Amino acid sequence: MTKTHQFDVVVVGAGGAGLMAGLYASRTAKTAVISKLYPTRSHTGAAQGGIGAALGSIEEDKPEWHTYDTVKGSDYLGDQDAIEFMCSEAINAVYELEHMGLPFDRTPNGKISQRPFGGHTNNETGKPVRRAAHAADRTGHMILQTLYQQCLKNKVNFFDEFQVLDFIHVNGKTAGVVAVELSTGELHVIHAKAVIFATGGHGRIFEVTSNAYAYTGDGAAILLRHGFPLEDMEFFQFHPTGIYKLGILITEGVRGEGGILINGAGERFMPKYAPTVKDLASRDVISRAIYTEIREGRGVNGQNYVYLDVRPESVIKYAAMDGRTNLDGTPYTITGEQVLAKLPDIVDFCRVYLGVDPVTQMMPIQPTAHYTMGGIPTNKFGEVVVDDKNTPFPGLYAAGECACVSVHGGNRLGTNSLLDLVVFGKYAGLKAAEYANQTDFAPLPAEAESVSRSQFEVLKNGSGKENVFKLSTELKKVMFADVGIYRNEKDMASALEKVRELKSRFKEVKVQDTGRIFNTELLNTWELGNMLEIAEVVAASALNRKESRGGHSREDYPNRDDANWLKHTLIWSKNGKLEIGYKPVTITKYQPKARVY
Amino acid sequence: MEITLKVFRYNPEKDKRGHYEVYKVEGTENDRVLDLLEYIKGNYDGTLSFRRSCAHGVCGSDAIRINGRNMLACKTLVRDVGEKITVEPVLGLKIVKDLIVDMEPFFDNYKAVLPYFINNSPLPENGRERLQSIEARARFDETTKCILCACCTTSCPSYWANGNYYGPAAIVTAHRFIFDDRDEAASERLRILSETDGIARCHTAYNCTEACPREIKITRVIGEVKMAMVTGKLD
Repeated sequence: MTKTHQFDVVVVGAGGAGLMAGLYASRTAKTAVISKLYPTRSHTGAAQGGIGAALGSIEEDKPEWHTYDTVKGSDYLGDQDAIEFMCSEAINAVYELEHMGLPFDRTPNGKISQRPFGGHTNNETGKPVRRAAHAADRTGHMILQTLYQQCLKNKVNFFDEFQVLDFIHVNGKTAGVVAVELSTGELHVIHAKAVIFATGGHGRIFEVTSNAYAYTGDGAAILLRHGFPLEDMEFFQFHPTGIYKLGILITEGVRGEGGILINGAGERFMPKYAPTVKDLASRDVISRAIYTEIREGRGVNGQNYVYLDVRPESVIKYAAMDGRTNLDGTPYTITGEQVLAKLPDIVDFCRVYLGVDPVTQMMPIQPTAHYTMGGIPTNKFGEVVVDDKNTPFPGLYAAGECACVSVHGGNRLGTNSLLDLVVFGKYAGLKAAEYANQTDFAPLPAEAESVSRSQFEVLKNGSGKENVFKLSTELKKVMFADVGIYRNEKDMASALEKVRELKSRFKEVKVQDTGRIFNTELLNTWELGNMLEIAEVVAASALNRKESRGGHSREDYPNRDDANWLKHTLIWSKNGKLEIGYKPVTITKYQPKARVY
Repeated sequence: MEITLKVFRYNPEKDKRGHYEVYKVEGTENDRVLDLLEYIKGNYDGTLSFRRSCAHGVCGSDAIRINGRNMLACKTLVRDVGEKITVEPVLGLKIVKDLIVDMEPFFDNYKAVLPYFINNSPLPENGRERLQSIEARARFDETTKCILCACCTTSCPSYWANGNYYGPAAIVTAHRFIFDDRDEAASERLRILSETDGIARCHTAYNCTEACPREIKITRVIGEVKMAMVTGKLD
């Protein structure tokens, strides 16, 4: 049996972007939010350090500086009109969160507290600026909770634990989505005038990742199967400081509070790579620096990790060497109690997973797959665009990590992901409701759920020669090793071949669980199908881009090549073959120049 | 090392009642219990069902009973619980399948305490933030940590005895707003918690505090709400 529902707007995903979209769309249109997790389980909740906005709570700051820093951070691949829009919207967006009750930390005079973060600078001095508005080291958790609470207050309709399976469109117009209710196994067709994908990233294609199990690229994979392009999929961010082996994130806020990176020889190495902002350079720069140290034999004990040091005596020593001061001009200091108060979750993670106390010991860290810069192409209003001329697809929207506006370009600055999902989630919601109120329902095709049903049948009736867990492990290993922080032609070509081999072996899996109720095996297998398609697109896009830019670092093409590659990649899947095209980058005020930190 | 897991199994479409299966897994003392469950699901029995997402203790999906105590599977390491591990669903909520319980009653209780910020006064004219002192913000910091995993509520004997009791997690959420000096609905929340199924059902068994993976001192938090109810003061 299939149940059918009708809503003006359906939002898929209930993280920050989905909740913001749901909140805004529901003000003027009948809206549903469906999510494979209970909303409060969404991965926005794992974001730690802060949300970027030039509030100037503590020192002078301007949206123009935030814009420039983001353009520079993106290695000039971000679209400058969209970046300027986001950074100017940022200030009201953060105040709006406060008005919704978000418990930001405070300054002594009661304002929202802000801390320094990588790549965010005072453009006049080049020094780090306090721009990351924060709630301890669980800013994402507080944003997620606050937005969910406001949705409850405003009686948004939630379909919790509903997994989206398919997008329905008729004659070039959006008609809804298909989803499965996890607790019953029933398929549901949600007939809608507008659909907003807010399904998050796909970091689970990599072995060492900070990302949740849920991060399997569902929304992007569904649209890819329907012939929509994906943009800049070669750009994936490796966060410099993940817990060694586990990949669990250690926020950049640690370095914002004065933490430094130390190699196996006991040396602070970032001044070699980023003489001005040192340990607060942008993430791609630091991840490469760590890998270079490890490759040149300066990992700790010859292993693939270095140390992150936030012990008060180290912080004070290096802050003095850097001339860092408090606002009143006195030398910057920190105590063990302050580390605990400002970074309680980090201290907890280290104690639980490493048995290390960051107040007295250094933390072993390595870069971890963290953030999807590419994704479903949209304009700055969250409208999904389908070609190099940015033609919108009627009724289809995307926001948050699954979308590529593009405000992050080749490399996202820390704190800009939370900002992205609040700003573009809001506009996607507003635009979707506005569209829905001006259009009629597209007629549902007969048996709209039939594709989803047959996808499940195939997974249940395979030969069983292949094991899902094994395929998944092989995929993650090859992507992390060969399409990771450093890339080259030979390794990526073999990785692409390997992913294609895995895709064909995937046809031989068989789901053992024949039940309907919480058939998590079936869902996880379906998710692996998405990951394989996304991984192929990531590897193919990366192999194609013959330059180094932002998070895409090629050993065989070590320099940025603006003459040939200052353009977005678009990639389509057509009849089982990938096709690559391009789209110009929007440049308004800032001409590309060498990127030095 | 060889790790032995005794896992509660129940398939509602086949079984009349639950039973236990024993699995042996090669692992290390640094493995998370969640890693072992994933390994079992991937290699021995794909039908084993449990919830999980973030895998590092912040999303609250994987609250289960490990050796008789409520914990998050992703935040519990072999070195914390030993090589013989019994894994069961939490108590007090209906078992749906294997380690998955019906979370709806838990979220219904959460929704009953007005779990959202209420302030109907005009916003600051400059459009900026409402000011709040560092001390006022610190007053409710403890309860902003809650991830709604239900470890506390499903360890509470009063909740086991009466599922209509709002339970510790809902009171933690209420506390987060009651003691936020920007919020204006403290008295309404205190009224809700003074009802029959409210805070009077807490008998300070302390299980909630011991179960909380976020180390929220829940018994003390509930005590503060009780005190506010009696004195009418929000100190």
